[in-house]
Amino acid sequence: MLEIKNLHARIGEKEILRGVNLVVPDGEIHAIMGPNGAGKSTLSYVLSGRDGYEVTEGEAIYDGQNILDLAPEDRAAAGIFLAFQYPVELPGVGNANFLRTALNAIRRKRGEEELDAVAFLKQARAAVKSLHMKEDFLKRNVNVGFSGGEKKRNEMLQMALLQPGLAILDETDSGLDIDALKIVADGVNALRGPKFSALVITHYQRLLDHIVPDVVHVLSAGRIVRSGPKELALELEAHGYAGLEAA
Amino acid sequence: MTALPTRKLEAWRYTDLRQLASIEFAAPPPVVAPTLPNIDLPRLVFLNGTLAKELSSPFEYVHNFQTIAEDSTQPLALINAEKAHDGMTLHVPAGVDAGTLLLISYAAGSVPFAFHLRHRITLGEGAKLTLIEIAKGEGVYWHDPVIDISLEQGAKFAHIRLQDESREAFHLATIRARVAEAAAYDHFTATIGAKLSRTEISATLTGTGALAHLNGAQLLTGTQHGDFTTVVAHKAPGCPSRQTVKSVLAGTARGVFQGRIEVDRVAQQTDGFQLSQALLLSPGAEMDIKPELEIFADDVKCSHGATIGALDAEQLFYLRSRGIPDDQARSMLIRAFLEEALEPVTQPEARALLEEAIDNWWVKQ
Amino acid sequence: MSTTDMQALAEQKYKYGFTTDIEMEAFPRGLNEDIIRMISAKKDEPDWMLQWRLKAYAAWLQMEEPNWAKLHHPPIDYQDLYYYAAPAKAQPKSLDEVDPELLKTYEKLGIPLHERAALAGVAVDAVFDSVSVATTFRETLSKAGVIFCPISEAVREHPELVREYLGSVVPVRDNYFAALNSAVFSDGSFVYIPKGVRCPMELSTYFRINAKNTGQFERTLIIADEAASVSYLEGCTAPMRDENQLHAAVVELVALDEAKIKYSTVQNWYPGDAEGKGGIYNFVTKRGACRGRNSKISWTQVETGSAITWKYPSCILQGDGSVGEFYSVAVTNNYQQADTGTKMIHLGKNTTSTIISKGISAGHSNNTYRGLVKISATASGARNFTQCDSLLIGDQCGAHTVPYIENRSISAKVEHEATTSKIAEDQLFYCRSRGLSQEDAVGLIVNGFCKDVLKELPMEFAVEAQKLLSVSLEGSVG
Repeated sequence: MLEIKNLHARIGEKEILRGVNLVVPDGEIHAIMGPNGAGKSTLSYVLSGRDGYEVTEGEAIYDGQNILDLAPEDRAAAGIFLAFQYPVELPGVGNANFLRTALNAIRRKRGEEELDAVAFLKQARAAVKSLHMKEDFLKRNVNVGFSGGEKKRNEMLQMALLQPGLAILDETDSGLDIDALKIVADGVNALRGPKFSALVITHYQRLLDHIVPDVVHVLSAGRIVRSGPKELALELEAHGYAGLEAA
Repeated sequence: MTALPTRKLEAWRYTDLRQLASIEFAAPPPVVAPTLPNIDLPRLVFLNGTLAKELSSPFEYVHNFQTIAEDSTQPLALINAEKAHDGMTLHVPAGVDAGTLLLISYAAGSVPFAFHLRHRITLGEGAKLTLIEIAKGEGVYWHDPVIDISLEQGAKFAHIRLQDESREAFHLATIRARVAEAAAYDHFTATIGAKLSRTEISATLTGTGALAHLNGAQLLTGTQHGDFTTVVAHKAPGCPSRQTVKSVLAGTARGVFQGRIEVDRVAQQTDGFQLSQALLLSPGAEMDIKPELEIFADDVKCSHGATIGALDAEQLFYLRSRGIPDDQARSMLIRAFLEEALEPVTQPEARALLEEAIDNWWVKQ
Repeated sequence: MSTTDMQALAEQKYKYGFTTDIEMEAFPRGLNEDIIRMISAKKDEPDWMLQWRLKAYAAWLQMEEPNWAKLHHPPIDYQDLYYYAAPAKAQPKSLDEVDPELLKTYEKLGIPLHERAALAGVAVDAVFDSVSVATTFRETLSKAGVIFCPISEAVREHPELVREYLGSVVPVRDNYFAALNSAVFSDGSFVYIPKGVRCPMELSTYFRINAKNTGQFERTLIIADEAASVSYLEGCTAPMRDENQLHAAVVELVALDEAKIKYSTVQNWYPGDAEGKGGIYNFVTKRGACRGRNSKISWTQVETGSAITWKYPSCILQGDGSVGEFYSVAVTNNYQQADTGTKMIHLGKNTTSTIISKGISAGHSNNTYRGLVKISATASGARNFTQCDSLLIGDQCGAHTVPYIENRSISAKVEHEATTSKIAEDQLFYCRSRGLSQEDAVGLIVNGFCKDVLKELPMEFAVEAQKLLSVSLEGSVG
């Protein structure tokens, strides 16, 4: 379970998050919607531990520990996975090497045995196949020369292999066509289960047609201003974000 | 002795040999127990600058050392010509694939000493050779090798060097290659050792379709100074040349890359490319780059690129967000950074040797 | 083609090659302390200025002409030059008193000096050989508090500013030509923009060499006080003569906190004839100091003239957050030689520099970009981006790139790219199949190649510069 309490964060002098309160129980998928500049991406970066964001108040408890003090890799080992809005290119780093290094680092931290090359490749190939990707995906350099859709597929491949307990999707749908959107949705839906939860951050309702959320939250000016069932997303789509502060 | 070059010479503006000049170098002492790499390949071993026959394997194309007149104005090559008393003379006859040879220089002594190896390598028409050169040692010494290379039509020479000298040593290498029509010179030097080093390579492309590939990786730390200087002279039409040089600098190390592409009037359809990139890992490190183009033909494609910066924070975060610890993530990014320069090294023993050297370097950081 | 036709064609190529017939006053040939004392006396200078010059002269005598550039010329006999030449008539007090012959000259050059006829929004200081002959719009400017006057006048009228800043960016001993200039400089422009003032109009100086065997040693000093801004343009031409003439200028810019200076040059000194005879030796030191926080100095140059150009407009980025820019087009044709570029010295935190250089070589010319990007250990967060491209037209010319990059700051990011290419046959063919002549097509492609630089020029100059590029390359393809 993820529990965010009164989270304040800023970039430089500018306060972006001004007291976010949010609970995502295991097994649930929550959507966070909101206008540009509401603090959606900041929330995902603060949760995953990127530099440049200063938490000034509050905490984020995941599985009983405050993750805000952990290094990014320790958060990953704890089961948090951030699907990037703009996946980073790593020239010279092969995808298979990258995935295996990541998987084994996490397994090590969890006290599990590391996978040898053969066992890893078997798993990776199965994941590649189930995501309808070409096998040469594993040989290419991480995200280098990938199309937008391929990058998102690669994020889903990583998620499938790393098996996180909490996935944070940071506007993963931006700039995607409908096919790519489905890949992302399939990736998330495949992991659905009592021990998996997700925070789906999006500006548009359309992704939520494919990943149906249990709860929709509206983030505006650094605070959650409304929460409701999945129908809230449709309402927002119809009426926009104007007037939310008042609500 | 010919005077050492000073920084007043444009070619030496970034490398100061005053600390070398202040040392008195004795004649090389005998070596007692060399530590030699364990690679299963035919080898020539030089101990403190003298061929150690008992440690070398027979290689049928190696001949006795020959002194050669030096007609250049390169100060270090002139000094070498005055002092050299040993070296490898290697000739691979036309059409022969001589396989892979290991050339090892090991140096050790308790007082400062100097040695000046002079190697000459010629490949006849269509001949092939891979040479893996390793320079290692302990103590204070000055190793000043000159390697002259001549490749006849269609010959292919892969030249892979690991400079892993003592951290107190001076290594100043001059390598000169003449490459005839359709011949290829593939060079890679990894600079890891020596207190001060310079690898100066010139490749002259004299026939159509001659290729030069001059790559290097410098991994420096502490107060090390590493200089990688190249000149590719295109003197015939239609020759490609490629240079990729990567430097990783920790501590207060200083890296230098000077690379010049010269295109003669006759060298139309030249395709010259040069890339120099440096990673600074700590605040005291310094990188100086001087990539030059000197072009006298109009129908050419020449370019160079240079970047200097720290490790990319975005990439580091991406790796860490996937669970890879900071240290391992950095090492992966450094390996990836070097990969482009290492690409032409395909010979398995050479590849393994270099990868191990790079990983060891990182572990010590 | 007859000889006269040839002549006509040549003249059309360099349309500013005429001479002005006017009574001149010149000091004797050669250089010694007496000549310097005469220059100083002529300009009615205070003693400190004379002493400064003499010190510079003493320094110059100890120095040697630099030889590191890729330039070749016969030795210059510094004792064979005239160091001062000026129209004989007394200094005019107002435009109405300016010799009509001079007014005609500037009109012919496209720079009318009468304010009613002048380009709207551009104030001009006209320098003819060793003196400033007229400065327009002075009143308009002084209402805004802007000082725009000949530097000889500033030495007398604003000594506190001149003493503080002169030689503070380019020290007397900086280099051989700067030392020479410091000893013998005769005129040039002085600009001071007071705190918070945005200069209400473009300022410009038009330099004209007319007299034979005369060196021109102009000196320009521009100071933008806190939060001030100014755009300054400079143009230069000279008559066609068989002898080489020396032009050794020094330009110093100082930008204090938040100040902005944009300095644009269209350099069109006489380049010499098709055989390489005659033309100006343009040995110039230009440097700006971004002393203040978030200050900015931007150099834009279009270099088409001169037999030899030796020039590196530079920026010292001292203030935190300061910005330096260098945009350059250098065209060489026939036997011209250019060795030009910039230095960006990063000292302050978060300083940024951009270098865009486009070199075009044609005929038997040689064109070198030479640049230094230096990032000191104090310049955390510094950024540099450099792009130098060379274009070769014909197989008898040379294009060279000599960049120096020195970085000691771990958090700095330096990026450098350089390319060399020729005009692609298919581009030419495409243009010609659409009806363009070969020369028009080359002009079009070259202008496209230079676009990133030309767009930095003020509007009034951009059009002129584009025409100039095409004219400079005439006869280079055929």
